Amino acid sequence: MAGPVLVVGASLGGLRAAEQLRAAGWRGPVSVVGDEPHMPYNRPPLSKEALVGAAPFASLAFTPRSHAADVRWLLGHRVAAVRLRDGVAVLDDGAELGFAALVAATGLRPRRLRCPGPAGPASGRHVLRTLTDARALRAELLRPGIRLVVVGAGFIGCEVASAAVRSGVREVVVVDPEPLPMLRPLGELLARALLRLHRAHGVRFRLGEGVAAFEGDGRVTGVVLDGGQVLAADVVVECVGAVPNTEWLAHNGLDLSDGVLTDGQLRMGGLPDAYAVGDVARFPDLRHGGLPRRVEHWSMPGDSARHAGRALAARLAGTDAGLAPFAPLPSFWSDQHGIRIQAFGAPELGTGDVRVLDGDIDGDVVAGYHAGGRLVGVVALGGPGTAAAAARHRARLLRLPLSPSPEEHRP
Amino acid sequence: MRVVVDKNSCQDHGQCVFAAPGVFRLDDQGHLEHLTDADEAVREEVEDAADVCPMQAIRIED
Ligand SMILES: Cc1cc2nc3c(=O)[nH]c(=O)nc-3n(C[C@H](O)[C@H](O)[C@H](O)COP(=O)(O)OP(=O)(O)OC[C@H]3O[C@@H](n4cnc5c(N)ncnc54)[C@H](O)[C@@H]3O)c2cc1C
Ligand code: SF4
Repeated sequence: MAGPVLVVGASLGGLRAAEQLRAAGWRGPVSVVGDEPHMPYNRPPLSKEALVGAAPFASLAFTPRSHAADVRWLLGHRVAAVRLRDGVAVLDDGAELGFAALVAATGLRPRRLRCPGPAGPASGRHVLRTLTDARALRAELLRPGIRLVVVGAGFIGCEVASAAVRSGVREVVVVDPEPLPMLRPLGELLARALLRLHRAHGVRFRLGEGVAAFEGDGRVTGVVLDGGQVLAADVVVECVGAVPNTEWLAHNGLDLSDGVLTDGQLRMGGLPDAYAVGDVARFPDLRHGGLPRRVEHWSMPGDSARHAGRALAARLAGTDAGLAPFAPLPSFWSDQHGIRIQAFGAPELGTGDVRVLDGDIDGDVVAGYHAGGRLVGVVALGGPGTAAAAARHRARLLRLPLSPSPEEHRP
Repeated sequence: MRVVVDKNSCQDHGQCVFAAPGVFRLDDQGHLEHLTDADEAVREEVEDAADVCPMQAIRIED
């Protein structure tokens, strides 16, 4: 089989998939189709260094590995549909591309609030996922005297609030129906500590309240809360989660209920030559009970692409890579008001039983997250040295036994 | 093989340490230390370290 490998999605997952195919010895053609006009770039700085102007946007592009220099990049093109069993992808302009194998790396797009009020590009309502989004938001943050409302107190919302303060925005309000910021991923103990941190830097919170509508004529002037109260706003950023980009995979008999379901080798729908990597892949999470999950952390595209690239390269060479099922140890970080949050494992699965492992909650702290009495994640929060402190507990997580893969359960 | 870390962008994430522990380490203060000259035998590990660095601060010069 010499046909091309088609990678759909030109971000971290797509880039690493192409590189790993080459690293694993596949010499045949590889094409990557991506609907953004840019070569793959690093997203985390979009809500951190780049949003405060400390890193130029142009510095965010990844440098592809040299052995992937002959990969073909089709940028500014969206795959509208695909017929996996026929090996045909249809682009938005109607052009068809044939392939022998496919890697889905189409990630997520921001969820939008559906409520009455001004909408559209000039409305002052922003989201933050792409370079284009970040450039537009940065330009607004630099306008003197703006009042910013961030909707959603998750990681990206809290990072935007922090970056806005650092950019000189004096009025920053974060709205969230939850009682604490980042409660779902971090649990109450750390969420409280982070709330104190944000308040100490002048960020205000409206917690336990949702957004009912936006006010304004063409451009937003206020945010109407559930209770009827109106927050004055010149700029709004909606950080209310993300939806997987899977529409193009429809009509192939795949489970697309939340991302695309894969098996333990990251294959979609049991097909031998169709893989999914990165934020879009929902894989059996063998480290945490075996139930399929999507994990939206930066470490996932790299880890999953390494696995899928090796498995697929072996398959194309007519051999079997003999890989154990994919079982990554997720990790993520966040930077807010000069404080680093560094996590390993799946703290979000253990927020009901959080114990301080090192330090104390008023200073640098490492917290352990437990499910059924078992350590499932660690999160460190603090100044320099935070990553090293968390890393000391990472080895414990790595030693935990994996659950049997769902395939092994089958009769 | 020369290993170059852009100290302006490195933020001591330490992900490189997991990928190539023989080449990178964090000191007692949690700051990165690394070999500038690494053996060819660990090229794959160092490439992986460059991949997993959140700041993309690691460069390999042949
Ligand atoms: C602002 C921000 C800050 C973040 N900060 C952190 C952090 O601090 N720590 C952390 O661990 N993680 C962070 N993340 C998450 C991390 O960036 C993601 O996990 C990572 O980008 C996922 O990569 P991916 O390649 O799977 O998907 P994506 O980066 O979403 O890329 C998918 C690509 O596919 C394209 N595409 C979609 N559909 C199609 C189609 N039909 N045809 C062609 N192309 C298509 C998209 O336009 C996009 O370019 C952050 C994310 C954002 C947005
Ligand atoms: S992973 Fe990157 S940022 Fe982190 S210590 Fe290593 S070089 Fe520095």
